[in-house]
Amino acid sequence: MHLAQETRPPAPSHGAPPPPPDYWSMVFVFVLASFIGVGVVRRVSRLLHTPLMSLTNAISAIAVVGSIVVTGADYPREIRILGAVALFASVTNIVSGFLITHRMLKLFKKS
Amino acid sequence: MTFALGQLSAIVATSLFIFALHWMNDPKTARRGVWAGVAAMAIAVLATWIQPEIVHHGWIVLAIVAGSLLGVPLSRVPLTAVPQRTALSHAFGGLAAGLVGTAKYYLWLSTEPQYLTPFRVTAIVAEVILGYLTFTGSLMAAGKLQEVRLIPQRPVTYPLQNVTNIGLLSAAVALGVVLVLRPTEAWSGTWVFPAIIALALLFGVLLIIPIGGADMPTVISILNAYAGLSAVAMGFVLENKLLITAGALDGSSGLILSIIMCRAMNRSFTNVLFGAFGRVTPAKAVTEERIYKTETAEGAAQLLEQARFVVIIPGYGMAVAQAQHKVRELHDQLTRRSITVKFAIHPVAGRMPGHMNVLLAEANIPYEALVEMDEINAEMAQADVALVIGANDTVNPAAQTDPSSPIYGMPIIEASKARTVLAIKRSTRPGFAGIENDLYSRDNTWMLFGDAKQVVGDLVKQLGAGAH
Repeated sequence: MHLAQETRPPAPSHGAPPPPPDYWSMVFVFVLASFIGVGVVRRVSRLLHTPLMSLTNAISAIAVVGSIVVTGADYPREIRILGAVALFASVTNIVSGFLITHRMLKLFKKS
Repeated sequence: MTFALGQLSAIVATSLFIFALHWMNDPKTARRGVWAGVAAMAIAVLATWIQPEIVHHGWIVLAIVAGSLLGVPLSRVPLTAVPQRTALSHAFGGLAAGLVGTAKYYLWLSTEPQYLTPFRVTAIVAEVILGYLTFTGSLMAAGKLQEVRLIPQRPVTYPLQNVTNIGLLSAAVALGVVLVLRPTEAWSGTWVFPAIIALALLFGVLLIIPIGGADMPTVISILNAYAGLSAVAMGFVLENKLLITAGALDGSSGLILSIIMCRAMNRSFTNVLFGAFGRVTPAKAVTEERIYKTETAEGAAQLLEQARFVVIIPGYGMAVAQAQHKVRELHDQLTRRSITVKFAIHPVAGRMPGHMNVLLAEANIPYEALVEMDEINAEMAQADVALVIGANDTVNPAAQTDPSSPIYGMPIIEASKARTVLAIKRSTRPGFAGIENDLYSRDNTWMLFGDAKQVVGDLVKQLGAGAH
């Protein structure tokens, strides 16, 4: 996978036909990532399934990168409001997700 | 330059996320996983923020500050409340996906309609349906777990429930198809898109309404998978591979936990996916008066003292009674006498996957003593005493012996194989699922009636008195 070369930034000029998104490599990434996810998560200790869920929750709050673009780009005001609310929700998940995972993992001690 | 930097940071962040999950395979390395996740997140956020298209910074700072202000208290909830916090964060994840999908659609519709290709609109529809149904569904689940008064705790059922639910979802999908075919008509933005949002929001509520408390571990896991998939759909909309990867990791984790929960409850996965679960089968009328033998704290303490191997089987009732710290004292009293003590953890003990382990770890019980169901069942015949604290359905022999029982086929912790069973219970009332449990009237079972914290405290006192 040549991730760095495959996606191109959208064409800057308005009205010009947009470059076709690279559907196949996105589907490809999704399928591979799902296999990796299943492989890795299956090995997670059963003791840690609650922290696992709070950790993956924080990780999927990577949606924050999308919200940042929608909030911070030169878009109409209404669009940016939606982005800001989404950003708020994602940041809440990141902060509370990582903190509570850390807090729970600290509890697991050997005798 | 910033573009290449963005791509590179995405690859680094993806690798760190995978390492983070990998390190969760052992409690010894797990804390490293959190740091890897934090580092990945910081890299990804910074790399996005420095992109040239980001020109307004005020609102970004504001949203980050507000999110942190809410996030910190949410991470400090008592551990019994972790399931509802988790459900709430699924709701936030779904909301973020739904809002970004909405924003992107209207942005493209108003400024660059040529961007609304069938592929993009399909991804937006998937993102919006998954996002909003996860949002309301998870809010409902969080409300049920928190026992908010407005939300009924009992499963609410009505005629044609499944037909209604599947109909609603089909309507949303059908409107989605219309939108894919005609994305830029005037009525698409004013009617079709808002209708899809409304149907998804409603579907989320109706999906969770028929579900009772005992099914919450499964529901939370499924909502986790939905939240992950909504992030994947968002990645397709934004053409962001990091988002696709992170969403896929979250989604597959939710999927695996759902499968584990389904197996532990003996429910089929398709059954759960269609929301047709959580039906409480009315308990059969008790035909015969059951005879329970009771034991005093003194007698029970003696039994425990003479044992060499004790298995403690905790259920959510233990956490409700806040008895885990007394249980730790009991564990200490017994191990001091070189009695082997193990805790038998059923996969659905507690209100979410792994919940019981966290509750016991909080009470300073070493994690080596926490043993999962299959492993402990193999040793149960060697146990001198099985002490059941606040567990009920997960030790009910009817799951193995009575084909007419609603929990027949569900794997259980085979407490009855131990030489003696001591069961602490508030009353003879049946448990969550309303099913009689004949473990309590077996020959080798002795009941200790009372509040779990009180009874375990009495046992500790007895053992402490006899120690000298």
